[in-house]
Amino acid sequence: MEGRYEVIAEAGHYALVLALALALIQSTVPLWGARRGDAVLMGVADGTAFGQFIFVALAFAALTFAYVTSDFSLLNVVENSHSAKPMIYKVSGVWGNHEGSMLLWVLILVLFGGAVALFGSNLPARLRANVLAVQGWVSTAFLLYLLAASNPFTRVDPAPLEGRDLNPLLQDIGLAIHPPMLYLGYVGFSIAFAFAIAALIEGRIDAAWARWVRPWTLAAWLFLTLGIAMGSYWAYYELGWGGFWFWDPVENASLMPWIAGTALLHSAVVMEKRAALKVWTVLLAILAFSLSLLGTFLVRSGVLTSVHSFAVDPTRGLFILIILAVFVGGSLALFGLRSGTLRQGGLFAPVSREGALVLNNLLLTTATATVFVGTLYPLALEAVTGGKISVGAPYFNATFGPLALALLIAVPFGPLLSWKRGNLFWAAQRLWIAAGFALIAWAVTLYIEGFTSILAPFCVALSAFVIIGAFAEIVERARLLRVPPGEGLKRLTGLPRSTWGAAFAHCGLGIMLLGVTAATSWNVERIDMMRPGESFEVAGMDLVLLETGMRDGPNYQDFVARFAVREGGVEKAVTESSKRVFAVREMTTTEAGLVTFGVSQLYVSLGEISNEEGVAVRAEWKPLVLLIWIGPLLMSLGGALSLADRRLRVGAPRPARPRLQPAE
Amino acid sequence: MTRKGRRLALIAVAGTVLAASAGLVLSALNDTIVFFSAPTELVQTPPSPDRRLRLGGLVETGSVSRNGSNVRFEVSDGAHKIPVTFAGLLPDLFREGQGVVAEGRLGADGVFTADIVLAKHDETYMPKEVADALKQQGTWKGDTK
Repeated sequence: MEGRYEVIAEAGHYALVLALALALIQSTVPLWGARRGDAVLMGVADGTAFGQFIFVALAFAALTFAYVTSDFSLLNVVENSHSAKPMIYKVSGVWGNHEGSMLLWVLILVLFGGAVALFGSNLPARLRANVLAVQGWVSTAFLLYLLAASNPFTRVDPAPLEGRDLNPLLQDIGLAIHPPMLYLGYVGFSIAFAFAIAALIEGRIDAAWARWVRPWTLAAWLFLTLGIAMGSYWAYYELGWGGFWFWDPVENASLMPWIAGTALLHSAVVMEKRAALKVWTVLLAILAFSLSLLGTFLVRSGVLTSVHSFAVDPTRGLFILIILAVFVGGSLALFGLRSGTLRQGGLFAPVSREGALVLNNLLLTTATATVFVGTLYPLALEAVTGGKISVGAPYFNATFGPLALALLIAVPFGPLLSWKRGNLFWAAQRLWIAAGFALIAWAVTLYIEGFTSILAPFCVALSAFVIIGAFAEIVERARLLRVPPGEGLKRLTGLPRSTWGAAFAHCGLGIMLLGVTAATSWNVERIDMMRPGESFEVAGMDLVLLETGMRDGPNYQDFVARFAVREGGVEKAVTESSKRVFAVREMTTTEAGLVTFGVSQLYVSLGEISNEEGVAVRAEWKPLVLLIWIGPLLMSLGGALSLADRRLRVGAPRPARPRLQPAE
Repeated sequence: MTRKGRRLALIAVAGTVLAASAGLVLSALNDTIVFFSAPTELVQTPPSPDRRLRLGGLVETGSVSRNGSNVRFEVSDGAHKIPVTFAGLLPDLFREGQGVVAEGRLGADGVFTADIVLAKHDETYMPKEVADALKQQGTWKGDTK
């Protein structure tokens, strides 16, 4: 038995070494080939990209096998698994630790590399060779890091009989989804990065380049959106605080590449359609991936203490810091040297679609910068002066907030401006329905609020404006208000999917803003000690504690409290909330009880338990809270629709479709 | 508009946005950053009651009591103790005798009113700030790692 397991774990380790050898070949030979114009040397990249994927996948499978069979001869399995752990957490536990999550990172990296080799047959040979070579540099760096400083296949002898179990907070279905999604996003930006570096090496860039970069960026962005939203919902129900975003440095680490990626998506459109903003797009591609690397550094190096930092090990931090410095510094230096060789094209008036997208980029990158300062300032200050400070929500609300609101006001206008030269007045006329709804929403909210605050009604009005305004372009292009309904419908279905995609994504932004506004402004909280049979009132509902008791789980014990929610004496729902005690790690988690009413939720969580006074119960009424995550879902749906657009699946350059012109 | 005019317009807009956000960042950093203090520092140099700060130390054993929605406990660094009130649920990893960070304001009466209480996500680690503060006070009880 034991012997067979060892062979599999050792094979996994060996596969990683082979993958590193292939990565080294891929980093150098195709580059040399591209320089000499040698097709054979350039062709090497395909084979090494596929080979790397196969070997890293084998290593990943070997580690998964070790987890599933609870092979405690591996240190990683001992430290993060337990034979009594449910199977799903044995599998997802593979990446619920530092080494395994880095292996997943590399697996996704080489998956993307393999995908470029597979789908890139219509790319110019030289560009493809250079792109894959740059991918090779990244995977070389991270494979080295895995083998030298984070080896998941480190053995222990003698093997202990039992493992130390996975951090209970991670024993949740969220772990199965959140990290893979997030990494698909983070690492997906490596493709845009590789294309940007390849363009700088070659000194040429054109619309076909943008047509290539855009779908990869879109796919990465889509996954990152889902990953962040998933992480936010996970924190909401698992940490027991009922918050959805804490401006925690680790959250910011994922938000920064997301904002930069959003900017990149929009500037790539300008480059594809109008051959303008070339240099800027290349810079954004470098920035988006640099911020992904920075995120990896912040989370994985242990400079931050957080649920995400699995271990504090200075050598690892140093290693990632070196990778970060080499890639960011190197790519920016290359950018400085070579960006002058990229020809500028496409002139446009300040008020135009291009102008609107420039404004979008300006606001998004500035917003990224404010998050960057807020996240890194405490680290920098401590390193320099030793002073300890924390930068929290008030900072981000005061800096990121205004920029985001300014951007949202502009969002509905952008798609209505035509390329080269737009007409702001004409665009505003198309938005009168949205503006009307916004005014009504403003008035109604002001009235309900009793004129007590300015910000919340404004945000509600802005959400209405964005949600409805998102569809103004569609209404306009289908001429819905001017042609018979039948023809309008035909025109609707004939619109390109990317137009629908943009509308859904922008609409999702508005929906998210509405959810954030409602859940933070009109959140009602009530905390009290309760004994079975007692009840209290929250947001017009009665919360009754029915009973409490203990219950056994596979590797934990639950203290369960059952509640009934009554409104006017009528029982609306029953829910359970629990304190979960994990014996192996002597750790407790809070499992909140959630009662959903439409898109609003009642959130019930437990605090201290005492024999004399009962149990501390916190009930929170969170109006429209689910919109916070429905918004990003819509954004990703928009991304998926755009990705399904024909134009993006065709690699060869073709003329852009005629766009709508201002009516005279 | 001429080519030069367009470029000027772009630079003007970009300059305005950058200047505005630089202003926002600076004023926010001035107003919203929160300094970390240990009980001894607060006792020796009491800060102004409207200054937000973070208080870190060990939860004094036997000091935790709940009264309806309010919890009271004491945070100590071995040399001095500060009473804390908090209207909320204590985090799962909050324990007597363990490290804690409370964020809020120190009243003129010497009672710290917290609106956030943090205990570490993983109990094998003590908040770094707390560990450093305890080391300074010489009450560090060995390596918690």
